Amino acid sequence: MGTITSLPRELIIEGGTLYDPLTGKSRQGSLAVKSGKLAAPEDIRPDKAATIDAKDCLVTHGFIDIHAHFREPGREDKETLATGSRAALAGGFTRVCVMPNTNPPLDGPEGIRFIVERSEDLPVDIYPIGAITKGQYGKELAELLEMHAAGAVAFSDDGEPLQDGQVLRWALYYTRDLGVPIINHAEDAFLRGEGVMNESALSTRLGLPGSPVQAEASMIYRDLLLAEEAEGRIHIPHVSSELGTELVRQFKARGVRVTAEATPHHLGLTEEMISDFDTHAKVAPPLRTEADRQAVIAGLVDGTIDCISTDHAPHTVEEKEQDIIRAPFGMIGLETAFGMAHTVLRKAGLRSTQVIDLFTTGAAGVMGMELTPMEPGQNAELVILNPKEEWTFTREDIYSRSRNTPMLGMSFTGRIRATIGRNRLFSNI
Amino acid sequence: MSEPTVTINHLLGLEGVPRQDIQTLLDTGFSFREVLDRPIKKVPTLTGINVVNLFFENSTRTRISFELAEKRLSADVTNFSAGISSLNKGEGLKDTIQNIHAMKMDAVVMRHPVPGSTKQLSQYVDAVVINAGDGTHEHPTQGLLDMMSLQEKFGRLEGLKIGIIGDIAHSRVALSNIFGLISMGAEITVCGPGHLIPPYIRDLGVQVNGNVDEVLEWADAVNVLRIQRERMGEGIIPSIREYRHRFGITNERLSRHRKEIVILHPGPMNRGVEIDSDVADGDQAVILDQVLNGVAVRMSVLYHLLGPRPGEEEA
Repeated sequence: MGTITSLPRELIIEGGTLYDPLTGKSRQGSLAVKSGKLAAPEDIRPDKAATIDAKDCLVTHGFIDIHAHFREPGREDKETLATGSRAALAGGFTRVCVMPNTNPPLDGPEGIRFIVERSEDLPVDIYPIGAITKGQYGKELAELLEMHAAGAVAFSDDGEPLQDGQVLRWALYYTRDLGVPIINHAEDAFLRGEGVMNESALSTRLGLPGSPVQAEASMIYRDLLLAEEAEGRIHIPHVSSELGTELVRQFKARGVRVTAEATPHHLGLTEEMISDFDTHAKVAPPLRTEADRQAVIAGLVDGTIDCISTDHAPHTVEEKEQDIIRAPFGMIGLETAFGMAHTVLRKAGLRSTQVIDLFTTGAAGVMGMELTPMEPGQNAELVILNPKEEWTFTREDIYSRSRNTPMLGMSFTGRIRATIGRNRLFSNI
Repeated sequence: MSEPTVTINHLLGLEGVPRQDIQTLLDTGFSFREVLDRPIKKVPTLTGINVVNLFFENSTRTRISFELAEKRLSADVTNFSAGISSLNKGEGLKDTIQNIHAMKMDAVVMRHPVPGSTKQLSQYVDAVVINAGDGTHEHPTQGLLDMMSLQEKFGRLEGLKIGIIGDIAHSRVALSNIFGLISMGAEITVCGPGHLIPPYIRDLGVQVNGNVDEVLEWADAVNVLRIQRERMGEGIIPSIREYRHRFGITNERLSRHRKEIVILHPGPMNRGVEIDSDVADGDQAVILDQVLNGVAVRMSVLYHLLGPRPGEEEA
């Protein structure tokens, strides 16, 4: 089990391979950190400095999660900005974009400023995403321009897919010049109906209402057509199906300004996880078939899908202990994101550094963020990970306030050993 | 009564239940039919055993059938009926589970609107769990009583051609029939409005045919499912008239076929909708036999899951 402490004033990370995703270059060497910034080794007093032994490890830029739910304000019993940040740091993340489906939703500049102010002293940088519509009701546009000025990095009614195509079209036109993405959770509410899992032979056997892949694919198609017409900036979150992946591929080839993300759970798990009616495997969009899983992996490998995001969605024990119909959708994901994604994508032929790219340059590209160069004088925003280490995920590894995950007991290859965030050090060494 | 007994510890569904277990449950069911014909219809087999009937969904027939079965085996019976409203008020599955645990029940017969709820229950309590219908998942004792009625009529299940007609997509009766009958070697064709047949149903090993007359021509017996009136309110079924015309089992429709087809219906019936009174009350129907077999096969299930196991002293 790791610890989160103040960042030592002087720190040397030695013996590892330094990989800077900004340049794509690797080299053996040490990194010195002084007062939270990268420093030249000669500026560090070896007798006073703390040391991190990075033998067998890659030392690289901290990860960026562009899709997480930290539940503040309103559901602090599930997660807060502070507890979510701890989970993020333990997962190797130094920046997190938080979704606006809080209570009240982040649908105006006040909400955005609330998040910005509440996040000032957190170990990771929090980037709020604003709601597209007032109250996330899907009817009236929220103050998108004011929210952007206040710090919103994207807009989404995540969790409440925009059913009204005209509203999405307005949003795409209205924000076209901002260059920030409109993110629409793609599931047609009518086709999804009461669905609690993927519609399939398995859902038929279990007698569970299913959500067909068409619920996702038809809305992705609609959204892509509208983005093409409006020349807007659309981002497709958590692509879960072969059909959805193929649509993104086609529209990218047509020059539409589309990006897409995939979650570690859609990369690593299939609908079989729910065959014992396990509410922890209930997630939206649902876990799907092996063919869908392989298609999403192929989408990441060929660049159709730009990055990995967690869709970290904490829920209380009480909520997840309900029956499969009543239990809410979602699972936590920050702590397992790299382990799961790295395990799956290495098998699919990617190198560890390419997996890192998906968590750094890929995610930054979607959000229009700059990465921090790994050079003296720059902020220390680093993760130290052992790509070969095998580990088993247990309760002890959870830093989130919630623990709703079906991955307990699973083994992964690739483990976060330390993360350097803002004035904080997560260490698992 | 003596061995053989069954390998299962609960009856959560018919999916995955070994063929030999099903045959044993049916055979014992036939033995209990004799008990039901005696002047004193009671045996002491489950004396001292506590059974709770936990019904979270309205049910008259299934609950009474279980209660009769339990009483005729001399079990101590507790009934708990709660509407769906109590679930929505927050009476969660976990509280139910813990209460059952605290009351030291030997067996729970549960009906619940959520698929998988009886499976979840079985994972957390020591008691034997019997599924009396879990949402749109399974209704295994209904499947058993249907099979018992078919075996009674035909003397076998192997090779029988069974049609299941109606709203397949929302039917736990259909699923339990499919799992049970296929494992006993019968052939199944499901039939109904196209959008009420799950797209993946063929993966369960059944055939699909939307033409009820063709299914009647093919089948030895048909199981006619109840059409939920709510489905019409939702606009899923356009009208009773159209449903009856296209899928209703009427004497006129049956008379077009040369052979006698055995008619089953799980009840309660919508007479004049999915089945006409002439058919339901006619010679081809075994609907009342199903009711009697329901008590007998539930006695069999209770006996095998709760009665003395081989090697134990019979009281």
